[in-house]
Amino acid sequence: MKNPAPARRPRSQAASSLYELLSSMRFAIALLTVLAIASVIGTLLQQNQPFNNYLNQFGPFWFPMFQMLGLYNVYSTGWFLAILAFLLLSTGLCIVRHARPMLHDMRAFRETARETSLRAFHLCAEGRTSLDAETAAARTRAYLAANGFRTRENPRDGDLLLAAKQGSWSRAGYFLAHGAIILICVGGLLDGNLPLKLRMALGNKQVLHGEVSDVSQVPPTSRLGEGNATFRGNVFIPEGKSASVAVLNVDDGMLLQDLPFIVSLDKFHVDFYPTGQPKRFASDVIITDRDSGKSFRHTIEVNKPLTYRGVTLYQASFEDGGSRLRLAVHSLVPGEAQEEGGRHADHGDHASVPESRLVEAVVNEALPLAYDGQQYTAEFTDFRPFNVETVGQQASTATGLARLQQHLGSGAKSRSERTMKNVGPSFTYRLRDASGQAREYINYMVPTEQDGRWYALAGMRESPDQPFRFLRIPTDEAGTVDAWFALRNALLDPKLRAEVARRYARGAQQRESLRPDSAQRLEETAQRTLQLFSEQGFDSLGGFIEKTVPQADRENVASALLKVMEGTTWEAWMLARERAGEKPVEPTAQRIQFVRDSLASVSDSMHYGSPVYLQLVSFEQVQATVLQATRSPGKPLVYLGSLLLVMGVFAMLYVRERRLFVLLKADGRILMALSTNRQGLDAGEQFARHRDALMNHLDATAAQRDEPQ
Amino acid sequence: MEIAQKTLLAKTSRLPAFGPFDVLFALILAAGAAYALHAFGEYMDIYERAILVCTVPAAAAFGWYWKPMRVFLLACAAVALIAVGLYQGQLVRADEVFLLKYFVSSQTAIMWMSATVFLSTAAYWLGMLARSTFFERSGTVLAWIAAGAGFTGMLVRWYESYLIGTDVGHIPVSNLYEVFVLFTVLTTLMYLFYESRYATRRMGAFVMLVISAAVGFLLWYSFSRDAHEIQPLIPALQSYWMKIHVPANFIGYGAFAMSAMVGAAYLLASKGILTSRLPSLQVLDDVMYRAISIGFAFFTIATILGALWAAEAWGTYWQWDPKETWALIVWLNYATWLHMRLTKGLRGAVLAWWALIGLLVTTFAFLGVNMYLSGLHSYGSL
Ligand code: HEM
Repeated sequence: MKNPAPARRPRSQAASSLYELLSSMRFAIALLTVLAIASVIGTLLQQNQPFNNYLNQFGPFWFPMFQMLGLYNVYSTGWFLAILAFLLLSTGLCIVRHARPMLHDMRAFRETARETSLRAFHLCAEGRTSLDAETAAARTRAYLAANGFRTRENPRDGDLLLAAKQGSWSRAGYFLAHGAIILICVGGLLDGNLPLKLRMALGNKQVLHGEVSDVSQVPPTSRLGEGNATFRGNVFIPEGKSASVAVLNVDDGMLLQDLPFIVSLDKFHVDFYPTGQPKRFASDVIITDRDSGKSFRHTIEVNKPLTYRGVTLYQASFEDGGSRLRLAVHSLVPGEAQEEGGRHADHGDHASVPESRLVEAVVNEALPLAYDGQQYTAEFTDFRPFNVETVGQQASTATGLARLQQHLGSGAKSRSERTMKNVGPSFTYRLRDASGQAREYINYMVPTEQDGRWYALAGMRESPDQPFRFLRIPTDEAGTVDAWFALRNALLDPKLRAEVARRYARGAQQRESLRPDSAQRLEETAQRTLQLFSEQGFDSLGGFIEKTVPQADRENVASALLKVMEGTTWEAWMLARERAGEKPVEPTAQRIQFVRDSLASVSDSMHYGSPVYLQLVSFEQVQATVLQATRSPGKPLVYLGSLLLVMGVFAMLYVRERRLFVLLKADGRILMALSTNRQGLDAGEQFARHRDALMNHLDATAAQRDEPQ
Repeated sequence: MEIAQKTLLAKTSRLPAFGPFDVLFALILAAGAAYALHAFGEYMDIYERAILVCTVPAAAAFGWYWKPMRVFLLACAAVALIAVGLYQGQLVRADEVFLLKYFVSSQTAIMWMSATVFLSTAAYWLGMLARSTFFERSGTVLAWIAAGAGFTGMLVRWYESYLIGTDVGHIPVSNLYEVFVLFTVLTTLMYLFYESRYATRRMGAFVMLVISAAVGFLLWYSFSRDAHEIQPLIPALQSYWMKIHVPANFIGYGAFAMSAMVGAAYLLASKGILTSRLPSLQVLDDVMYRAISIGFAFFTIATILGALWAAEAWGTYWQWDPKETWALIVWLNYATWLHMRLTKGLRGAVLAWWALIGLLVTTFAFLGVNMYLSGLHSYGSL
């Protein structure tokens, strides 16, 4: 198809050259290149994120520019769709342009080809037979038929031209493949969000912003009816609840899509492998037809969707559906912790509150809290009944052959020590203060072991793009966090820490038989150290040393202060025990370690940013499933197109069109020529095979044969 | 006369003969599939059974079309069965039984594959540079051994995964490590096919080079990341589509990689470097075209299968996920290449450069997307 003739004469010069351009190979190749490059853009920037993420990423200057260019949803912007439209147009016109010549070519045998043109063929050979014309023709015919050629004969001037061909389907492949591209594009556009955009542009649909608490209150201007032919949205259903609308995300808001049925979630299942990877997500649902009222049960799983009344439901993800959490509130405000305890905002009564109290929280709901004279809201965002984590992963230390040895054997074992451990339930919440600032917290229910010691883990981060930083609260001999809170309070509360300092000095005086005035000075030092520490923990002490102590003495002073802090922390613990009516204990290595850990985490707790620590006491899990609901009318088109595309591509690439011409001259000379549309290397070999076989068959003596190189 | 005529007509046929060994091969395949259906059919869904049944004629046809395949498949299956027998259902025996530990357990087999790929590459280079037929032949033999060891390793690994747990077991095409083994095996076999078709061993030095690079990555990935550990399948991957989508994709990737290396050979030869040691430019050009054709055809199928799978797993056949989009880019790239060659009649250095650069695009789609871009294609993040 080097120079396909135009299919028809376009009217004007301009229209004609436009048609030439759009249907030309040059234009097609340019389009394919542009499409490829445009597609790259959308993969470099994560698409369809909340606008805030982009704003953070690019800043206020670039954000609107990129928004204007549509970089946040490249694949549905006008310019991208325009490229696709041009591709459609170009392919369409290309088919139109090639249709006539190709169809003609498919039918034609070219039996009128003249001898001179046959001689000009690249693959051409001559011979001479002594057989009579009849026999030679009959044998040639038989040979061609046996080799899968269709033949048309043209007798002229006593000569006979047999024009044979095979593989005309190669041409059909062109129509199949290129037609398929049109089908696929059209189908894809139907299922994309173009139809919705058109509706938005034409109709008076209004996008909703923010959270929708009551679906039934949403006005029809923000709803799409059951009749809508194409949509894709999410259906969120907690266990034991139902839903009959899907939420479509549009721009930075949403629309509601009414479904022709009600979906109720009976139970959501998530199974895990022993290694902690998820194994199965499944929703047991009950579907109730809104028209007939009939209902049935079904289980929807990943890779096993359900289609009902033209809507297909897929297992998309899952969330917490409002688990109920029972929390113990531990105040981190010194003084308050022991004397007053935390209080729920609803209860204003200071005097009679116990040292810690229980509150009930529900995931996806907010709980108001009042602390230290401030109003807070705890917004509970998630609960997980277990968390499997990798602990103690070490790289192999072996080298050389030993290292190779470790890599022999089955694929099952791990060469490095790695164990998976379930560290128990956790929940997350955001604590928002009166000014609207929020930090995010994650707390684990059960203590975790690290190097033989146990800690309660409490994570905090200031923004979602940071990792959690963990406060590790050492647990006491009973496995609770109570000792730490009591100790912390004694260490930080102004009244109690005076007593702590006094006891510390007295203890030192007895142990080291200090003079009374030295003991007095030690008490004062302890007092000041504790006071400094109570401001910002070790940070304050460090700052103090840097400001007041010359470089050379810093290390000594620091270790002296650390010794004071460790001693006073011990006393704080003992004081707290005494106040709780417990006996003092003897210092053992383990207890000293506990005190050291406590001291470190008291210091860390200065940066925890919350007046309370919420401890999970018990829970009742409620899960929710997120199903994707779609209606995609373009799907059959796309699938049909895909099938045709594969057939077309194989036909074009692997069906070889071959034309074999055999001219039997009246004088017994034979002329053979072969042409093929894909002049591969094997064409010559093919020709040689046919030539030798046929010449043999005709008992021909070879005249001069043009050896194909 | 009649008989002479028949033989004459038969001789001109392009298709290979169908001999008794072909029949035997087909029967063995059918028997194997029948046994698998009988023993494990109840654990398979209808699609998996259909895939198994379809594999029989496909493999039989392939063996008929390319004769060495019959011996290759039977040998790999036999060795894999020996390994299965030696395991006696206990994974620990991989460390206890000599034959398992040093030859036929999956990791060991894959190590053998890696070693023989390197050796084969070296042999091809020696053969080319020293014009030594002996070394070229050794290159071929080693390449066959490499493909066999890799394929056997995959079969055994498949079995091992079931020994870990019946719910863990799955075909080893589910993560980056496994598909690199697959890539090595498929590309080597594809190369060997063209080597026999064009009756030249001179391209081996170049093609085996890219396979060596893949093996180098595989070893790094295994030694530094413990990537060889068999992992269970997350829900999205639990689909029969995986069994056909991934191999189809890797026929595409393998063919594109091969075309790029042949393109490199073409460029050198056309500049007068190694010209006398490489096949003629026409042969190189033709192989490049053949490789891109087969790659394009299979990549088309693979992308479509991926779309069908996505429709089932994620609810949308196309959602411009980075992996999908890059597959489209690769596809468009080679579609343009084919257009240039077939409709513009372009030949020579431009197309060779293009094929070579195409490898960069393909490698990015295959590896780079997993490394640098985030998306839904969860497997094989680095
Ligand atoms: C996404 C878009 C397209 C794809 C994927 C595509 C794919 C293909 C493929 C695979 C071939 C076969 C090459 C071969 O036989 O080796 C082909 C051939 C061809 N394509 Fe396209 N094509 C596309 C768009 C176009 C457009 C827009 C035109 C119009 C100018 C066009 C014109 C042709 C022509 C004329 C042939 C040669 C047919 C023959 O000689 O048998 N293609 N195309």
